[in-house]
Amino acid sequence: MTSIPVPEQTGSSPGRGTALWRQVMPLALLSPAVLVTLAIVFFPMVQTAWMSLHEYVLFRPKNFDWVGLQNYLNVFQDEVFWISLRHTVLWIAITVPAQALLGLATALLLNQQFPWRPIARALIIIPWALPSVVIALMWTWIYDSNYGILNDLLLRIGILETSIPWLANPDTALYAIILTLTWQGFPFFAVMILAGLQSIPRSYYEAASLDGASALRQFWHITLPGISGVLFTAILLRTIWVANSMDVIFVMTGGGPGYSTYTLPLYAFLEARTNLNFGYGSALAMTFTLLLLGIVILYLKRSAKAVQ
Amino acid sequence: MALGRKSTLKRVLTVDLPMMAILAFTLGPYLWMLLTSLTAEESLFTRGPTVFDLVWSNYERLFANVGFAKNMLDSFIIAAGTVVVGLTLSVTAAYSFSRFEFRFKKVLLLQFLLINMFPLVLLILPLFVLMRQLGLLDTHVALIVANSTIAIPFSVWMMTSYINGIPKSLDEAAMTDGCSRLQAMRKVILPLCAPGIIATGIYIFITAWNEYLYALTLGGQNVRPITVAVQTMIGEYQVQWGLLTAGGIVGALPATILFLIVQRRLVGGLTQGAVKG
Repeated sequence: MTSIPVPEQTGSSPGRGTALWRQVMPLALLSPAVLVTLAIVFFPMVQTAWMSLHEYVLFRPKNFDWVGLQNYLNVFQDEVFWISLRHTVLWIAITVPAQALLGLATALLLNQQFPWRPIARALIIIPWALPSVVIALMWTWIYDSNYGILNDLLLRIGILETSIPWLANPDTALYAIILTLTWQGFPFFAVMILAGLQSIPRSYYEAASLDGASALRQFWHITLPGISGVLFTAILLRTIWVANSMDVIFVMTGGGPGYSTYTLPLYAFLEARTNLNFGYGSALAMTFTLLLLGIVILYLKRSAKAVQ
Repeated sequence: MALGRKSTLKRVLTVDLPMMAILAFTLGPYLWMLLTSLTAEESLFTRGPTVFDLVWSNYERLFANVGFAKNMLDSFIIAAGTVVVGLTLSVTAAYSFSRFEFRFKKVLLLQFLLINMFPLVLLILPLFVLMRQLGLLDTHVALIVANSTIAIPFSVWMMTSYINGIPKSLDEAAMTDGCSRLQAMRKVILPLCAPGIIATGIYIFITAWNEYLYALTLGGQNVRPITVAVQTMIGEYQVQWGLLTAGGIVGALPATILFLIVQRRLVGGLTQGAVKG
């Protein structure tokens, strides 16, 4: 514990030394975590910004030419960028509400009294603990065009007449992956909302039912306001998480068929991974991050207003 | 009595049945994968998976041919290393956040939350370039560092919330009894938040075990974690779904078991901040 660096102007009297030590100690305790995050998170981020201003292709490592904002100008003229942007918007706009609604329904059910509630609560979180690669693997098997259980079930019920290659069909691939991601993420909402529900005092409901409020009105006037804080946080966290998540898409389709499941982060990743174009890839990653940051700020501002 | 039975029926219809439907949706894909992995490859495409004819052959082939044991060892080393790095760096920081007032405290704390939100793709490119320059590609160290970018901020937040739950009067009492600040932290506070430390450690372990994109980018021939091995298998054994699903089950098993053990405590820690905030 004595190895923590003592600042230069160590006091002349022992009393001043301890006072100084008291001031420095909180920062000294913090510094390992802060310094390491600076080194492995902030420094690489700055490096991404720097790379995005250069022409940098990995198989020509000698060339690291300054091109200014040229990469960014190219981004906006890139057709694939606009396709990916459209998919990213769809991806977020469908997945997050679907997860939230399913999570809300699950949380409301888990908040009721029934004998096997603890088991249900433990099992519901399982999708959250699985590796995304395994999730991608099992849903690819479910969607399999010849032997997949989804086609099998739909054919038996009679909804489909011929089996659909869900992931190989450009019209269905994106939505098939959205369903997978909804499945993966809704338990998070359920758990968060459940915690919110349990913080609402029972007496509110008792008072409301004495006044003759229907279940629906109780939900609208007590439950929803009671969980609005949690819902706000959960939606924010999930939006960011869903926007960023690309591993499931990468394993299930790799962006294909064609560009039909490209999202922005995936495009940036593939540009660097397969084309080794780190300059342009970085510019795509930066553009995506700035757009996401814009959405987050907008969301925070809107909800701050709503609260007022 | 009649009233009681009626309300039980109502409960079954409005709570138990919908809950079962949601659970079926949640567990169905997983159970289907499990069932497929226990079906012999020959009968998979003729009869499809059934519960009446379960075999271990896929798992035997998995460990004999694919060499999953080495991949699991790689995953274990990386995940355990990340836990050690993440916890050692974050415990003192969390103590500091919880117990002291200082300038920029809010900013620093917020910074750790923000890091978790930055797109992984923003970090993965420079980390690849960096590890390449340092000659660390395809080593365990590279992946431990990469996973720490997620683990450190997360565990700083979790540990701060756990230590906040321990009354400050305990530190003060220890210091009145002659302990220094650091002794009070080590001898009083750390043992008290051991359950929190264990839960955070297990969560870091699971996240690092499940991580895929860093593993794919920074790993290689020597270091190939289980997630990459599973994905490579998808390419190699295209239609051998019995083998593939067995790999999926094995790859997910450690994380699933650990998660079921700690989920209670962990969920408490995760949701606490959100509910209060």
